[in-house]
Amino acid sequence: MAVFGKCIRGAALLAGVAMVWAAPAAADTIKIGAPLSVTGPASFLGDPEARTLQMYVEKLNAEGGVNGKQLELIVYDDSADANKARTFATRLVEDDQVVAVVGGSTTGTTMAMIPVFEEAGIPFISLAGAVVIIDPVKEFTFKTPHTDRMACEKIFADMQTQGIARIGMISGTGGFDKSMREQCLEVVGNYGIEIVADETYGPSDSDMTPQLTNIKNAAGLQAVVNPGFGQGPAIVTRNYKQLGIDVPLYQSHGVASKSFIDLAGDAAEGVRLPASALLVAEKLPDDDPQKAVVVEYKTTYEEKTGQPVSTFGGHAYDGLMILVEAMQRAGSEDPKAIRDEIEKTSGFMGTAGVVNMSPDDHMGLDLTAFRMLEIRGGDWTLVE
Amino acid sequence: MPELLQFCVSGLTVGAVYALVALGFTIIYNASDVVNFAQGEFVMIGGMTTVFATAAGVPLPLAALGAVLVAMVVGLLLHRLAIEPARGASPVTLIIITIGASIFLRGLAQVVFDKQFHSLPAFSGNTPIRFGGAAILPQSFWVLGGAAVIVAVLWAFFNRTLIGKAVLATAANRLAARLVGINTSFVMGLSFVMSAAIGAVAGILVTPITLTSYDVGMLLALKGFAAAMLGGMGNPLGAVVGGLAVGLLEALGAGYISSTYKDAIAFIVILIVLFALPGGLFGKASVERV
Repeated sequence: MAVFGKCIRGAALLAGVAMVWAAPAAADTIKIGAPLSVTGPASFLGDPEARTLQMYVEKLNAEGGVNGKQLELIVYDDSADANKARTFATRLVEDDQVVAVVGGSTTGTTMAMIPVFEEAGIPFISLAGAVVIIDPVKEFTFKTPHTDRMACEKIFADMQTQGIARIGMISGTGGFDKSMREQCLEVVGNYGIEIVADETYGPSDSDMTPQLTNIKNAAGLQAVVNPGFGQGPAIVTRNYKQLGIDVPLYQSHGVASKSFIDLAGDAAEGVRLPASALLVAEKLPDDDPQKAVVVEYKTTYEEKTGQPVSTFGGHAYDGLMILVEAMQRAGSEDPKAIRDEIEKTSGFMGTAGVVNMSPDDHMGLDLTAFRMLEIRGGDWTLVE
Repeated sequence: MPELLQFCVSGLTVGAVYALVALGFTIIYNASDVVNFAQGEFVMIGGMTTVFATAAGVPLPLAALGAVLVAMVVGLLLHRLAIEPARGASPVTLIIITIGASIFLRGLAQVVFDKQFHSLPAFSGNTPIRFGGAAILPQSFWVLGGAAVIVAVLWAFFNRTLIGKAVLATAANRLAARLVGINTSFVMGLSFVMSAAIGAVAGILVTPITLTSYDVGMLLALKGFAAAMLGGMGNPLGAVVGGLAVGLLEALGAGYISSTYKDAIAFIVILIVLFALPGGLFGKASVERV
């Protein structure tokens, strides 16, 4: 028992020390949590997001911080595992006591963390795609990327202008793919387009020719859309070329990164997809109001990391900047005050487009935020 | 009927890879009773090493050869550092060790290589060959041909060489093999090296079609294991037939029934077969020696 008692005293002493250390730190810095999928299957999202946040927090701190205080970024790597994400969310709230969170690389991890932050009353700006994150609106949850529904609408609007009315759809069964497929099915009727073939593939499948053969054989096929993300769309694109399907292929914003073109190779030629302006930053006309923001972010990111810019890092940039502006307007680090100001964000120009949030819209982007791109000569081209 | 041909070609190409993974399982299982769940990682090492070597300017044939050698060294190290020290442990313990090794290799690949997907240029171009309404990639022939060559070489090795016969003898009865002067530890090491080489060749052949990344091994190991079970664990012919069958089942299931449930369809058929023939298609009924 004596040993046990000693242990307790030791633990109490340690806890006391920890508190003394923590106290001045808490007063001097603003803690921002960032649970991201830096490794694992969604590392291509989390990695640029983490780099972007670290880069810009450093930059903001060098410029004097926010409201006279330094920012302290706490990054956890959930490896796209929803269970881990939830554990980290709890740790951010209870141990680290962050005032706001910018993170959640995938829809799965985001959805797992929402209940934790909603209960704790911590504003949470998600970097994931699916519309379910903000629909229905949750008090403390926001997001910066376009939704998959908007991507569907952008694709269908483009098809409509080309007189395409009968399309095939091939989608993955992963979280993003499944959600986007459902959203596409919901809005496709508004554009007078009929889906004549609807096929799926598993997230780690390596051959989609059987599904594409069925789509190819559908009567009156005029185009194919592939709501998907990861390596699946690259294989679909290669198989598409292999089978010699000659109607237009539309990909989603989920593959809007240079690695898609590298993986799909020649087969990517002529593929159309909606994406944010960031991908074609230099190609935007000079009078485009978004040009300054995207060119600045792109050059900063590419200089610091030596890697090509991706839209996913841009979402993290948008999230951090919306949060910083909200904290400046609120003039405090009270989570509730920050939340109220995030909701009032209007006219914010980010890498994803103009953000006008409201109590019913915790994303605040409209269709103009998407640009329709076509891959030509191994590079993105603006087609509007 | 052109669809049927297309489905079959897809299924056979994917199935050939499963077959090679299943062969790797079989060789190690025969020599040591261990189901080596790091088998998929050999496929990954083959593909990734080739990708990174070619990116560094090494010509493709040389890069491929180097990748096979790297995989063989990894296979040997796996045996010497993880399996050999635990000899005498039950097969279950050894299987758990291989699962640990597979997680370790995957982690190592993340650090040594990276976390992105990679591709290799197809060996003889990307222009599909049209045959009876089906479009076949030239690379599919490489995969199928490569698998056929490996099977032939293995057959010759086991039936025509002394070392091959020593492996078979060890598989049949380890104690008796040792009594007639076969170095069973060497044979087991050899079986790991051979499995690694086969896995690496599969990885190199298939990367231009299926892409590769640090974590492709896990799924391949599962499918290859299912193929080996379907064919009858320990039977090389069964491994090949099982692999091709799993690939065909997936492709035909996706094409004719439902792409959403294609994995389920393949596994249901495997379950039904195992229910009727617990030893697999070519497996011997298990006999307990008393």
